[in-house]
Amino acid sequence: MTNNMMQDRYVLIENVNMTFQTKKGSFQALKDINLNIREGEFISIIGHSGCGKSTVLNLIAGLLQPTEGYLFCAGREIAKPGPERAVVFQNHSLLPWLTCFENVYLAVERVFGDTEGQTQLAERTRAALELVGLSHAVEKRPNEISGGMKQRVGIARALAMEPKVLLLDEPFGALDALTRAGLQDELMAIMSRSGCTAVMVTHDVDEAVLLSDRIVMMTNGPAATIGEILEVDLPRPRKRLELVEDPAYTHLRSEVLKFLYERHAKKAA
Amino acid sequence: MSVVSFNKEKTMQASEPTVKTVPAKPVVAVVKPLSTTATAAAPLLQKRGAWAATAKRVFEWLLPPVTGLLIFAAIWATVSALTQGLPGPVKTWQSAVELFSDPFYINNPNDMGIGWNILNSLKRVATGFALAAVVGIPMGFVIGRYTFMSRMAAPVISLLKPVSPLAWLPIGLLVFKAANPAAIWVIFITAVWPMIINTAVGVSKVPQDYMNVAKVLNLSEWKIVTKILLPYVMPYMMTGVRLSIGAAWLVIVAAEMLTGGVGIGFWVWDEWNNLNVEHIIIAIFIVGIVGLLLEQCLVLVAKRYSYE
Ligand SMILES: Nc1ncnc2c1ncn2[C@@H]1O[C@H](COP(=O)(O)OP(=O)(O)OP(=O)(O)O)[C@@H](O)[C@H]1O
Ligand SMILES: [Mg+2]
Repeated sequence: MTNNMMQDRYVLIENVNMTFQTKKGSFQALKDINLNIREGEFISIIGHSGCGKSTVLNLIAGLLQPTEGYLFCAGREIAKPGPERAVVFQNHSLLPWLTCFENVYLAVERVFGDTEGQTQLAERTRAALELVGLSHAVEKRPNEISGGMKQRVGIARALAMEPKVLLLDEPFGALDALTRAGLQDELMAIMSRSGCTAVMVTHDVDEAVLLSDRIVMMTNGPAATIGEILEVDLPRPRKRLELVEDPAYTHLRSEVLKFLYERHAKKAA
Repeated sequence: MSVVSFNKEKTMQASEPTVKTVPAKPVVAVVKPLSTTATAAAPLLQKRGAWAATAKRVFEWLLPPVTGLLIFAAIWATVSALTQGLPGPVKTWQSAVELFSDPFYINNPNDMGIGWNILNSLKRVATGFALAAVVGIPMGFVIGRYTFMSRMAAPVISLLKPVSPLAWLPIGLLVFKAANPAAIWVIFITAVWPMIINTAVGVSKVPQDYMNVAKVLNLSEWKIVTKILLPYVMPYMMTGVRLSIGAAWLVIVAAEMLTGGVGIGFWVWDEWNNLNVEHIIIAIFIVGIVGLLLEQCLVLVAKRYSYE
């Protein structure tokens, strides 16, 4: 594979099918998923609840193995989780008995522990927490800080690993609109600085349009697949207030809404 | 349409599908009811003065248990007055005072003070209990962590767990050819099941989220055990430890009655042979109080080591 092709197809999902074995028999969650992700690209996956967004993300993370098909990252098949693919979990998943510092340190130590001394590792940890604006909460436990702060620690933990691909599963889903907007802006700034590839699962149409280079829209399950892929060619850096009046933005937004609520409307359960 | 209202409408629409994420929050809300009771008590304090409130609280706290004990003593006194041979509370108290005036005398190996008897029993319990912890806790970890191991251990454990630990005494006597190790063996058997089972249950309940973190960070097995499993399992383990110390103390009396030697159980048997009923009643209280203290100590330890 040439270098150029590698950049164009940094993360590669080929004919992936995913079937879960459950007590009630087998359940096909995903069918024929094909996706190329360029290096440095920001991809959003959007779709109705239960369609299989988290499953796609977990497949890329290596937490799940596809029943059929292949996944590659940087030209190598994804067999298990690796430090080049960091995950920000939906429910932050911080260890409650460790401080914010220790939570991040655990990741840093694992990735850089072989080559760096303790002071350097601690330095990295502090830098990551500073990046998300949490220098003041370093010694706090997760149950002593707000939901938004927990999510920041989760992001800091992922970024501290200096991943090539950042995987985010509804990172701001549990937060109020104001906190969410603040974190979205921070994430945009961080991503433009670090230049790493990102795949984010979201329910939020505005979030998807604001952050992404492409929006992957999924059909409803069972046997969900990629319905459409929307290019978001809005120039960066993007400012949310200016975008609100931008007709291109409004158009993209309504495209996603039409996909979700007209063509693939979910019947109320 | 102004920018602000447009924005608002948008977020409302867009956040519609996120409703299902709400359940993530209630964990925090659980804490609240506690603080409401605290604030309800505050006006009361101001009205009647701090001192009166404290007195009231102590009274409320002390009255029920004291009443309970008094009723118990009254029933005991009545029964002893109506029957022959059962000494009443006063007589038992006098005998206890005499007994504890010299708890650590040694006349000969078969006649030692009550203090020695208690200490010897505690030593056996401690030894058997420690051995059970050393064997049971790691076993619990292995069983909880690997499905294969848990399936392998399940039939053996469910077969042996309901057996009275005393049934193991003859085996102990046979293998060790001495009374003391046999008694310790019985305590070991008593204490080991709760430790294995509770530790294993704790390990198997570790949330998948935490294990996913371990996988994504690619943590070593050692880090998984020390940073994730151990802290999470600690409360379960402490429950196991508490259950087993209670059971061990329960069983030691019976075991010692059978094996003899120096110990509270044998002492009871000895006093029965001497027909010293006061001492038997005193022994019952001693066993109860020591058991209570053991458990309270462990509750304190458990609080110290739980992360919440
Ligand atoms: N381990 C599993 N075993 C069996 N079925 C599963 C498993 N994981 C997911 N599923 C099923 O696969 C489907 C997709 O699940 P997934 O969690 O990927 O959905 P999602 O799009 O992330 O939903 P949400 O937006 O609610 O998070 C669901 O129907 C779910 O029940
Ligand atoms: Mg999901």
